[in-house]
Amino acid sequence: MEFLVASSIGVLTVAGVYLVLRLRTFPVILGTSLLSYAVNVFLFATGRLVVNRPPILSDDALSYTDPLPQALVLTAIVISFGMTAVVVMIALGAYLSSNDDHVDDLPEGLTTSDKGEGGA
Amino acid sequence: MSLFLIVALPFLGALLPGLMVQAGRRTCTLMTFLVTATALIGLLTHLPAVLQGEVISAQISWLPSLGLNVNLFLDGLGMFFACLILGIGLLVIVYAGAYLSRDDNMGEFFSYLLLFQGAMVGIVLCDNILMLLVFWELTSLSSFLLIGFWKHLPEGRQGARMALAVTGMGGLAMIGGMLLLGQIAGSYDLSTILQNRELIQASPLYLPALLLILLGCFTKSAQFPFHFWLPHAMAAPTPVSAYLHSATMVKAGIFLMARLWPVLSGTPEWFWIVTSAGLITMVLGAVIALFKNDLKALLAFSTVSHLGLITMLLGIGTPYAAMAAVFHIFNHATFKAALFMSAGIIDHGAHTRDIPKLGGLRTLMPVTFVISAIASLSMAGIPLFNGFLSKEMMLEQAVHTTLWGNPWVMPVLATFGALFSAAYAFRYISHVFLGPERHDYPAHPHDPGFGMWGPPAFLTVLVIVVGVAPFLAEPFVRLVTSAVLGGTAPLPDAHLKIWHGLTPALYMSGIAVVGGLILLAGQRPLARVWDATPRPEAKVIFDGLIARCVSAARRLTETLHDGSLTRYAAILTVTAVIVGAYAWFSGGTSVPTHELIPLSPMPVAGWLLLVSAAGFLVYCHRNRLLALVLMGVIGLVVSIGFNYLSAPDLALTQLSVEVVTIILMLLALNFLPDYTPVESSWPRRIRDGVIALAAGISTSLLVYGMLIRDFPFSSISEFHLANSYKGGGGTNVVNVILVDFRGFDTFGEIIVLGIAALIIYAITEALLNGPVRRTLAKREAEFPLAGDAHPLLMVVITRVMLPVVLMVGIYILLRGHNEPGGGFIAGLIVAIAVVVQYMASGFAWADERQRYPYHTIIGSGVLVAGLTGIGAWFAGQPFLTSAFGYFRIPPMAKFELATAMGFDLGVFLAVVGAVMLSLESFSRLARPARAKVSDHAMDIDPSRSEAATGKIDDPTLGSNGGKEA
Repeated sequence: MEFLVASSIGVLTVAGVYLVLRLRTFPVILGTSLLSYAVNVFLFATGRLVVNRPPILSDDALSYTDPLPQALVLTAIVISFGMTAVVVMIALGAYLSSNDDHVDDLPEGLTTSDKGEGGA
Repeated sequence: MSLFLIVALPFLGALLPGLMVQAGRRTCTLMTFLVTATALIGLLTHLPAVLQGEVISAQISWLPSLGLNVNLFLDGLGMFFACLILGIGLLVIVYAGAYLSRDDNMGEFFSYLLLFQGAMVGIVLCDNILMLLVFWELTSLSSFLLIGFWKHLPEGRQGARMALAVTGMGGLAMIGGMLLLGQIAGSYDLSTILQNRELIQASPLYLPALLLILLGCFTKSAQFPFHFWLPHAMAAPTPVSAYLHSATMVKAGIFLMARLWPVLSGTPEWFWIVTSAGLITMVLGAVIALFKNDLKALLAFSTVSHLGLITMLLGIGTPYAAMAAVFHIFNHATFKAALFMSAGIIDHGAHTRDIPKLGGLRTLMPVTFVISAIASLSMAGIPLFNGFLSKEMMLEQAVHTTLWGNPWVMPVLATFGALFSAAYAFRYISHVFLGPERHDYPAHPHDPGFGMWGPPAFLTVLVIVVGVAPFLAEPFVRLVTSAVLGGTAPLPDAHLKIWHGLTPALYMSGIAVVGGLILLAGQRPLARVWDATPRPEAKVIFDGLIARCVSAARRLTETLHDGSLTRYAAILTVTAVIVGAYAWFSGGTSVPTHELIPLSPMPVAGWLLLVSAAGFLVYCHRNRLLALVLMGVIGLVVSIGFNYLSAPDLALTQLSVEVVTIILMLLALNFLPDYTPVESSWPRRIRDGVIALAAGISTSLLVYGMLIRDFPFSSISEFHLANSYKGGGGTNVVNVILVDFRGFDTFGEIIVLGIAALIIYAITEALLNGPVRRTLAKREAEFPLAGDAHPLLMVVITRVMLPVVLMVGIYILLRGHNEPGGGFIAGLIVAIAVVVQYMASGFAWADERQRYPYHTIIGSGVLVAGLTGIGAWFAGQPFLTSAFGYFRIPPMAKFELATAMGFDLGVFLAVVGAVMLSLESFSRLARPARAKVSDHAMDIDPSRSEAATGKIDDPTLGSNGGKEA
C-alpha cells in the first residue's frame, strides 16, 4: 500500500511537472492542479497510512489515524481551489486581452524596462 | 516623560503635518514645532538627573530569546545628541516654515522631517544594537525622502539616490559588524557590550567587526573615500541641509564611534584607520571647499572637513582628544547650521548661490551679514568665537600625536587643514558680503523676515556666548566626555578657556589665520589653476560603478529570469531535485520500522486507474476537454483514496472541490481555445520529460522513504486526540482541530479564500470595463449550439433536488463537529447546489432569484467567524476559545451546542460566497455576448440547432453541453 501511494504521488508529479513546462496557459494550469494533488496527498501521507481508523472518537475504536495532517490538507484543498480559480482568471484575462495564451513572453517582447532609471 | 514617549513622539507627530496642512501653513508649522518642543521638554525633564551622572533606562522585553529587547537608555552622550537633534530641529522647523514656498507641500516636508527626527532620537537613545540598526536605516530612508523632496529636480533625485546607495551600503556593512559585535559580547544590549572591552578587543572577530562598523560610520559621516555623496545631497532644500548635513544625520556615524569608543578604541587598528581617514577627510574637504563657487557646495565640503576633524580626534583615542571631539561636535553644529541657514537666506534674497555673482551684500542684507560673519569667523577659528576653542584643542592634541611614524605629519597636516578652513571661511565673508555693491544680482537682495533670520541668529548667540565664556559649557562637555570615555579612562584635567598661554597650538592657529588671509588674496588665480587640473570626479566614478553593478545584476537576472515561465519552472525543479539528491546521498537514513499495509485488489485497481488517467492526460493533454475529464478521474481516485486511508473529511472535501474545479475549468474553456497546438520540438519534449521524471522519481523515493519509517519523535497529534472531546467538545478530531485548536489558522484561510474570490471579481470587472468587452461581444460560437439551452429534464431535476441538497448541506454542517463534515464541506455542497441552478436554468433566471450579493455572504462569513472568536473575550478567554454544553429540549434527544458551530457557520458562509463569487464572475464574462436575454428557463429556440451562426447564449455548462452535441 505504501508503495502504491508513493508511486501515485510520483506519477502525479511527473505529469504535473511535464504539463507545467508546456507553453500554453491551459496545460500549465492543469499541471499545477496535478501538483496540488501530489502535494496534498504527500502532506496527508506524512501522518503515515492507516486503514479503517478514522479520527472520529468512539468508545469501541482501537486507535486513530493522525488527524493533524488531515486538518491541514483539508484547508489546503479548499485554498488550492481558490488559487486555481485566480490563476484561471488571470490566464483568461490575458488571453482575452491579447488573443494569445502563451505563458512565455514572445521573443520580441523581451525588452528590459529602463523606466526606473530616469535621470541617472 | 518616558523615554519611549520621547522616541515615539516625532513618529506619532509625523502624521500631524500631513493632516494639518489644510489648516494653513502657519498652523502646520506650529503643530510640527509643538511636537518637537514637547519631545524636547520631555527630554529636558531628565536633565537634572543626567547632570547628576545618573543613567536613565526603560525596558520592554520583546523577544528575549533572540536578544530583541526594546531597551532605551539616556546618559550624558545620549542627552547631548538628543538635545542637539531636537533643539536644532526646533530652529529648522521655524526656518523651514518661512523658507518653503507656496508650491512646496509643507505637510509632506514636515512629516518627513519628523520621521527623520524620530529615527535620529531613536539612534541616540536606544540601548539595543539591533534596534539601533533599524533606526539607522530609517534615517537613511527618511533622508532619502528629504534630499529628494524637490522631485522635479533631477539633481535632487540623483543626489537622494546616491546618498541612499552610499549610506544604505554602509548600513548593510554595519548590520554585519553589529551582529559580530553582539556575538562576541554575548548580548545585543549596548550597556552590556560597553562593559566588555577586553573580551571584544581580544576576540579574533574584533577586526572584521571594527571594519564593518566603521564602514557604516564612515559612509554616514561622509569620511574619505565616501565623502562624495554629501555635496550631491545639497540639492535638498536648505533647511534639510542645515538639519541633516550639518547638525544631525552626518553626526550619526560620529555618535556611533563615540558610543562604541570605550570598546573599540585604543587599539592600533582603530587608531590607524580612524585617525588617517579623519585627517585625510579634513584636509581634502578643506582644500576642495576653498574652490567651490556654490555657497552650499562650499559649506558641504567644509562640513566634510569638520567631520573629518572630529573623526580624527575620536581616532586618536586619548581622553583629551575625546573631549575636544565632543566640544567640536557642539560648536560645529551651531556655526554650521547657522551658515547653512544664511546660505538659504542669500539664495532666497538674491536668487543665486553662485559666489562670482554675489558680493557687496553687506549693506543690502545687514542682518544676514552679521550672522554669517559671526558664524564664519567661528568656523575660521578666530578667538572669542566657539570654533576657536575646539580647534585649538585639536591643534594641541595634534602636536602630541605621532601618525604614520612621524611626529611632524599630524601637526603639519592639521595646520594645513586649519589654514584652508580659515581661508574658505574668510572667503564666505569677503566674496559674498564685502566688496562693491553690484547691479546685476538675479534679484534684489534683502533681509528676510524674522522666521528666517531668527533661528540662525539664535545659533550665533550661542556661538558668541560659548566663545566668550567657555566655562559655561564646561560642565556639560565634561559630562558628555565622561559618557564617551565610559569609565575606561579618567576624565582629562583640562579646562575650556580662551587663553592657554603661548602654546604651540596658538602659534599654529596664528599661522592658519594669517595663511588663510594670504590664501584668500590668491584664491582667484589659484582657482583657475585648480579648475585646469584634471581630477577624478567622484560622481562619474560612482555612476560608472552603479551602471556596472546594474548591468551585471541584469545579466544574471536575464539569464535566470528571462520572462519565460517554463524556464523558471524548469530551473526551479532541476535545482530542487539536485539539492534533494545531494541531501539524499550525503545524509544517513534510519532503519525502516513502520509496518506496511498489505496490498488488496481495490487499492491496486484505484492505483491502475490513477496511473493510466495521468498517463492518458499527458498523452492527450492537447485535447483540452478530454484532459479535463481525465483530471476529474484523477480527482475522484484521490478522494476515494482519502476515504480508504481513514480520512473521510478529506474525501468529502476533495469530492466537492473536484466538482467546482471542473465547472470552473469548463467555464474558462468556454473562452479559451479547445485545442493546444503542437509547438515544442521533440528534443524539448524529451528534455521536459527527463526533468519531470527526475522530479517524480525523487518525490516517490522521498515519500516511500518516509512512509516505511515511523515518526522519529512523538507528534502533537496525541494531544489533539486526547483533548478533542474534553476540551473541544467534538468527536471529529479533524473538525475540532479546524475550528478550535487551529481556529486562528482557519480564520486566516477563509479570509484568503474570500480575497481570492474578490480578486477574481475585480479582474472580471476590469475586463468587462475594458476593450475586452467588445471582443467578447463579437465572439461567435465555433460549434452549432443546442436548441434547448436549458434542457427540461435537467431544469426539473435540479429544482427538485435543490431543497434536498440544501438540507444535506445543513446536516453536514451541523454534524461536522462529531461526524465527518463541517463548514468547508457543507459550503462546497451548497455552492454546488446553487451552481447547478445556474447551469440548468440559465444565468438570468438564477441571478434574478439571488437576493444576497456573494460579497456580502463572504463578508458575513468572516464576520460571524470573527465575532464568535471575539465572544471568547467576554468569558475572559483568549480569541477563539470555544465553549460547549449539552441541552435537552423535549421531545428531542439530548444535543450539544458549541460556540465552534458559530465559527463553522462563518466558514460555511465564506466558502459558499467565495465559490459562488468566483464561478459567477466567470459566467458574467459571457454576458456581453448575450444578444437576447431569455426570461424563461425552459425555452427552446429551434433556430439555434440549425446553423452555427447563433451567438453564444449562455455562459454556463448549458452552452458547453451544446458544444459537445
